[in-house]
Amino acid sequence: MAISEQIIDRCQNLYEDLNFTNAREWKSAVPGRKVIGFMPIYVAREMIHAAGMLPVGIFGGGDQLEVIQGDAYYQSYICRIPRSTIELELTKRLDFIDGMLFPSTCDVIRNLSGMFQMIRPGIYTRYFDVPQNYMDNVGGDYYVMELQELREGLEKLGGIKITDDDLRNSIALYNDNRQLVNKLYDLRAEQPWKIPATEAYLLERAGMLLPVEEHSQMLIDYMTAITAGDRPRRDNCRVVLSGMFCEQPPLNLIKSIELAGCYIVNDDFMLVNRWLTKAVPVDGDPIRNLATTFLHHSVKTSATFEPNEDEKGQYLVEAVRRSSAEGVIFAAPSFCDPALLERPMLMDALNGANIPYIAFKYAENTGQMQPIREQAGTFADSIKLWGV
Amino acid sequence: MNAITTSKPLAPRDAKKDQSQIKQKEMIAGNFQELTDAHKQGKKVSYTFVPGNLNELVMCFDMVGNFPEINALQNGMRKKTGAYIMEAERQGHSEDVCTYVKSDLGMIKKGNIGPTGQPLPEPDLLLLSYTGCFTFMKWFELLRHEYKCETAMLHVPYQADGKITDNMRNYVVNQLKQDVIPKLEKISGVKFDIDRLREYLRESAKAEDNLVWVLQSAKHKPSPIDAYFGAIYYVGPIFSAFRGTRDATEYYRLLREEIQERIDQGLGPVTPDGVMKEEKYRLVTEGPPNYTNMYEFWKMFYEDGAVNVASTYAKVGGLYDFGFRHDPEHPLESLANYCLGCYTNLSLPERIKMLVTYINEYQADGLLINSIKSCNSFSAGQLMMMREVEKQTGKPAAFVETDLVDPRYFSAANVKNRLESYFQMIDQKRHAA
Repeated sequence: MAISEQIIDRCQNLYEDLNFTNAREWKSAVPGRKVIGFMPIYVAREMIHAAGMLPVGIFGGGDQLEVIQGDAYYQSYICRIPRSTIELELTKRLDFIDGMLFPSTCDVIRNLSGMFQMIRPGIYTRYFDVPQNYMDNVGGDYYVMELQELREGLEKLGGIKITDDDLRNSIALYNDNRQLVNKLYDLRAEQPWKIPATEAYLLERAGMLLPVEEHSQMLIDYMTAITAGDRPRRDNCRVVLSGMFCEQPPLNLIKSIELAGCYIVNDDFMLVNRWLTKAVPVDGDPIRNLATTFLHHSVKTSATFEPNEDEKGQYLVEAVRRSSAEGVIFAAPSFCDPALLERPMLMDALNGANIPYIAFKYAENTGQMQPIREQAGTFADSIKLWGV
Repeated sequence: MNAITTSKPLAPRDAKKDQSQIKQKEMIAGNFQELTDAHKQGKKVSYTFVPGNLNELVMCFDMVGNFPEINALQNGMRKKTGAYIMEAERQGHSEDVCTYVKSDLGMIKKGNIGPTGQPLPEPDLLLLSYTGCFTFMKWFELLRHEYKCETAMLHVPYQADGKITDNMRNYVVNQLKQDVIPKLEKISGVKFDIDRLREYLRESAKAEDNLVWVLQSAKHKPSPIDAYFGAIYYVGPIFSAFRGTRDATEYYRLLREEIQERIDQGLGPVTPDGVMKEEKYRLVTEGPPNYTNMYEFWKMFYEDGAVNVASTYAKVGGLYDFGFRHDPEHPLESLANYCLGCYTNLSLPERIKMLVTYINEYQADGLLINSIKSCNSFSAGQLMMMREVEKQTGKPAAFVETDLVDPRYFSAANVKNRLESYFQMIDQKRHAA
């Protein structure tokens, strides 16, 4: 088996393992180790790492988990990721978790933080509220204190002290990791036939489960192997996927889009891997550096406020241009407020830039791929044949 | 929240009782007229939301406030929202998202004629108080996309751990000082006067005292008010363009007198069909109401002798019954505390604690949750809340599902069936006890 195949095989095993065996093994390898779960979209993993703990992304149960108990917690009009997360918890698949962070992604994840407080009263649970005001002395000051509170919470949980140097070291490691993930995206945009979207996805997903040092090495090994070889080039069109930043699509859905004739050259999968668009300075006050970089160099998504109307939706237009894409596929989870409320504004931005798009919805357990394949295939044909 | 200017009379005539109603109708009508005339009269218009609204602050700049949520619910009561929502969906808005938003956007697309039939002015400022609801943020981005006007964002952190920290309060105050107030000054051309703000906050506190008294009057047996359907009317002025005005102070003074009179006479709440005769069931209610079929919905309660003695919805635009008052001595901090304390900005454990307190203090028979499809902020987690409240109080709970203003999601037969079953369940519990 080629090295790249071995790596993807490992990623696939990690992805399919809903018992999080790897994280359990990491924890049990050294007494006293702690694991902190986090949900999409963004948390400052640097702080968890600096505490000597393992950040583990909890991105729902996918299409492999039968949700039984979790459905009893939600009405039919709530998306699926919280119910499968509850299912994971109630079936003891998360019993190794020592803490859980719930980012300010939407009302559903926000309220899930309170539900978790009640379901697992013994663990460290924190709602990670990032600022929507981007002034240094307003949102910045607030975020510095939020990070400080997180630092103190983790210190208490671990019975340790997180020094500034610990944090600087973690910042440097995550800077490297983001750089590698971005390089993977650049490579895929340049030669998408070499890096299928499913492989890129699985590599990113592995970053939710592995220690950052190990994930960075995995990225290096994969890219080294992939650039050395070649794969058949297809006559596919190039698309950007938008809307998959929280509840994850089934792997088959990503595969179906590519099989339908679309190279996915950019997406918003697991944005935590690429959230900060510039390296965080490693000199000076590390918490202030994290805050300042967050304020001024974060990716833009549906879950954040855009203060400048002229900029609204331009991040997607830029993603299309940067990756030389020919169109956008909006794929949002059913009942996802951020993605679905944002979509009309993004569509207007694409209309303004004369970029074609299609839209559909999915759930993490969507099983019927034929309609999606047909829709994506028709879109690909229309781009290739008529340039839409 | 403000549902007053309906064409249907709320109650049989009674000169004393009508005073507060008449007063409120005049206030609402005046506000819509003021909105219609605002630009002609050189006034600037601010659009803002009910939870976390900064009405006293907006008044300091002589701006007129427009509340899209109130327009949506008023349109819902007038059966206009079905067409507006369909219009927004035709424009590309998802069937999955909040119908308040789609009703508002549909209304704009159809000419922006407000619920009273008067044209609504375009906003000069979108004052986005991001309190307890993520959708607010996208709603005002969508409105800004339509109007291309200035937006002031006030991000109110979530009380995830059941307390307001200094960091949260300072953040809100800093936003007010460094972003919101400068934008209000720039748009209005009026310099901020903190003493003027103090005066308005003083008025607010007076009205809040009387509002709390009115809501807590439901502790009497029989309850002189319905604290869910009736309270929608009672909270109208204080949740909207009137908090901080003398009109609001006067309205709540009148209302309190009228309720006192009802208590003295041992009367139950006023319903659209007159005074409710026999109080059989006392309920605590969680979640917003349905507006498209509100009278039909309400009737299902009062015709079976069910009265809502406390509701969380009456706290969505301000939570006053646990002691908070706007404080003229600490004006900006007080506004921050107000925003941070609105009901949907509370964590689920705190919301449960509040419901349990209500059930105990108001001697309720149980909890009813009206779960709203549009509102994830309210709805996500309500099933767990229901079970926890049942566990902690031993009182039965029930769950119905409707929507705020989408008539497609109101199934009268289903709701009535569930309510009747619930009342039977309460009877059985009583007999068993």
